[in-house]
Amino acid sequence: MDILIFLTLLGVGYFIGNRRERKHYEDIKRREKSTLHIPIMSWGAKQDLPYAHEAELFVGSVVVANDYFKTISAALRNLVGGRVTVYETLIDRGRREAMLRMKESAIEWGASQVLNVRFETSNIAGQGQSGAGAVEIMAYGTGIR
Amino acid sequence: MTRSIARETNITLTNLEGVPGKEIVEHYGLVQGSTIRAKHVGKDILAGFKNIVGGELKAYTELLQESRQEAVNRMLMQAEQLGANAVVNVRFATSSVAPGAAELFAYGTAVKVQ
Repeated sequence: MDILIFLTLLGVGYFIGNRRERKHYEDIKRREKSTLHIPIMSWGAKQDLPYAHEAELFVGSVVVANDYFKTISAALRNLVGGRVTVYETLIDRGRREAMLRMKESAIEWGASQVLNVRFETSNIAGQGQSGAGAVEIMAYGTGIR
Repeated sequence: MTRSIARETNITLTNLEGVPGKEIVEHYGLVQGSTIRAKHVGKDILAGFKNIVGGELKAYTELLQESRQEAVNRMLMQAEQLGANAVVNVRFATSSVAPGAAELFAYGTAVKVQ
């Protein structure tokens, strides 16, 4: 019985998780293309201030969680070591999503570019004992116009 | 997210070393704001289900955004008391202080610009 539940969860995690990931990636790529005209710079501090009329801080954040399949697959990967691809894609998705949110709010404001973009990642201890966690990723930068 | 309150208080926030197009005339030093938030039990249970299929946890995203807004608000309040009209070099930090609770922290330098 237990093994049945485990396999169901694994299957659900794999199929639904994968589908959601694919959809999310499609969405990210589409939005990245449509926001390509705004340059994003990671410099800006310790430099001469750019010429602009107005500046404002923009923040984008997202909390992403792993699915059941990813959790198990990462646990197995722990035995032999090496790249944990399932987590790489998860964090990559989160980071791109956070940056897009920041970018979109900057575009809405009318920014011509976003300077000094910084990322911050933190572990939101999920259920504690079960160890299944979520990660918060935020991106922030100064938009100028 | 920070835009609405910044406009309300007329304080400009940037994470550059100054405000572009303006000159810093006075420094007031470091201002900071922080908040510690715990999660809602119901949200936690829902998040548990979400851990099966993965993806974004919208409830948590909102919770953390609200909390960060609160931290920024407190920082702005401090800046306002000092008579500043901008906070530059703003930084954010997040740390989990206990299982189920997170601290969100914002700090920057309050200045007067012209």
